[in-house]
Amino acid sequence: MPELRTEEMVINMGPQHPSTHGVLRVELVLDGEIVVDAIPHIGYLHRCFEKHSESMNDYQQVIPYVDRMDYVAAISNELGFAIAMERMLGIEVSERVECIRVIFAELQRIASHLVAIGTYGLDIGAFTPFLHCFRDRERILDIFESTCGARLLYNYIWVGGLSHDVPTDFKDKVRDFVQYFPPKIKEYNDLLTYNKIFIDRTADVGVLPADVALNYASSGPILRGSGVNWDLRRDDPYSIYDQFEFDVVVGKGEMGTVGDCWDRYIVRVREMEQSIRIIAQAVERMPDEGDVKAAVPKRIRPPEGEIYARTETPRGELGYYIISDGSMSPYRVKARSPCFVNLSVLPAISRGSMVSDVVAIVGSIDIVLGEIDR
Amino acid sequence: MKKPEDIYAILKERFGEEKVEFKEDVKVVPFIVVAPDAIKEVAKFLRDDDDLDFDYLMCLSGVHYQKDTTLGVTYHINATRKKHSLTLKCIVPEENPHVQSVESIWKTANWHEREAYDMTGIIFDGHPDLRRILCPDDWDGFPLRKDYKVQEYYHGMKVPY
Repeated sequence: MPELRTEEMVINMGPQHPSTHGVLRVELVLDGEIVVDAIPHIGYLHRCFEKHSESMNDYQQVIPYVDRMDYVAAISNELGFAIAMERMLGIEVSERVECIRVIFAELQRIASHLVAIGTYGLDIGAFTPFLHCFRDRERILDIFESTCGARLLYNYIWVGGLSHDVPTDFKDKVRDFVQYFPPKIKEYNDLLTYNKIFIDRTADVGVLPADVALNYASSGPILRGSGVNWDLRRDDPYSIYDQFEFDVVVGKGEMGTVGDCWDRYIVRVREMEQSIRIIAQAVERMPDEGDVKAAVPKRIRPPEGEIYARTETPRGELGYYIISDGSMSPYRVKARSPCFVNLSVLPAISRGSMVSDVVAIVGSIDIVLGEIDR
Repeated sequence: MKKPEDIYAILKERFGEEKVEFKEDVKVVPFIVVAPDAIKEVAKFLRDDDDLDFDYLMCLSGVHYQKDTTLGVTYHINATRKKHSLTLKCIVPEENPHVQSVESIWKTANWHEREAYDMTGIIFDGHPDLRRILCPDDWDGFPLRKDYKVQEYYHGMKVPY
C-alpha cells in the first residue's frame, strides 16, 4: 500500500461561495479536516468611495455613497455621517428629527439582525427560519418605503435633518410593529436558537476571548458576544440615546464558552428586543409637528478642521474621520468600517477548528462585503 | 478620565519635547504629534500605563497633505475602562514615508496599516505582512494621494471609464 500523503492542502473558499455573503475569498490551509491557517482576501467590491467623496461638490452628496457601504443597514451609515458633519458644523437638530432618526436606526437594526440570523441559519443548514425572518423584515421595509420611497438605499437622513417628513400614519404603523414583533422572537427561538442541531454546530465553536476581541478592536455583537459590556449608544452617546432606557446585551456562555458563535448569535436576537423597547419609547416621545428640514443648511462649508465621530451600527462601531480644508468638498473622508475590523480577527479564531466550522464562524461575524471593501 | 492636555503632560515628561508635540489651536479636537520613530514606544506606554490604559485602537488613517508635501497617519485611540480617547498623528515626508508599525501593540492595526499603505503608500516598518489589501497586488500608484493618476491599462483592460 502506498504511503498516505501528509502535506498541507490549500483550498480557496470563495470568492463565489454561498456562505461568504458576497465576494470574500478565504485561503484555507488544511491539515486533513483541521484548519491550520485562514487568510482572508478582500477587495473584490472595492470602488474607493473615499476617493469619490473627495470629488463631491457638496457634503450632502456623500450620503448616497455611504448608503452603499453597508447596504443591509443603510440608515445607520447615513446617521453616522450626518452626526459627524453636524458636530463639525455645530448644527442642532430638533427633537422630532432626533426621534425619527432613532426610530429608523432601531428599525434598521432589527431588519439587519433579521438578515443576519436568517442567513446564519441558512449557512448552518436551517432553511425555514430565513423565511420567517424575511417575512418580518418586509414589514420594516414597508415602513421605510412609505416614508422615503426606497426599500434598501434610502438617502433619507441628511446633514441637519431628513429628506422627507414621515407619512401621517407613521406612528400607527410603528406602534403596530411594536405590537407585532415581540411574539415573533419566540418563534425564532423555537425554530433556531434552542434547536439541538443548531447549538451543536455553534456552541464552543470559534471562541473569541474578551482580551483578544479588544486587541483586535472588535465591536458590536462580536465584542459583546465575548462578554465585554460596551455599547456606544450608552458609553459614547450620540443623538438622544442617553434619554432612553435599554439594556446592553452580552454573551454569557450559556450553551458553551463565552465568546463562541452561539453567544454572538444570541446577542443579536436579544438586541432586537432592546431595540423594540427603544422604538416604543421614542414613538411616544416624538412631537407631532415640526419641519424636518428646518436645520438643513443650504450650503455646507465647514471650517478648516477635522473630526472623528462614531456610532453603533448593527455591526459595531462605524467611525467617520472627516478632514475639511474649508472648501465645499471634503478633503478626506475615511470610514472606519466595523465589518472590516471584525473580519480581521477571523484567522485568530479559525485556527485549529474544523473546516466546516469556518462557515459557522464567518456567518457569526455577520459581514457585509460592501462595507469591508468600500 | 483624562483630558488630552493631561495625557500630553505625562508623555512630555517621559519622552521629551522633541518626540511629542501638542496641537491645541486646531478646530474640534486637539491632537498630539508624535515622531515617526517613537510611535511604537509611545503607543506601548499608552496601552500599558495603568492610568492611561488605552486598550482600543478605534481607527488608523493615512492622509496625504498635498500642500505640505507630507503624508500623515492619524491614530484614534480609546480606553474602554477609563473612558477617555486621544488623537495621535505622525507626519512623514512624501519621498520617504516610513512610520513604525503599531501592529504588535494593537493587533487591529494590521489591516488598518495595510490599508493605509495600499491607499497612500506609507511604509510601516516592522509590519509582519505589509501587502496591498483592497487593490490588487500589482496595482500601480496610491489612489488616495491627491496627485494620483489612474493607470491606463491593467492587464490589457482599459481602466478609466
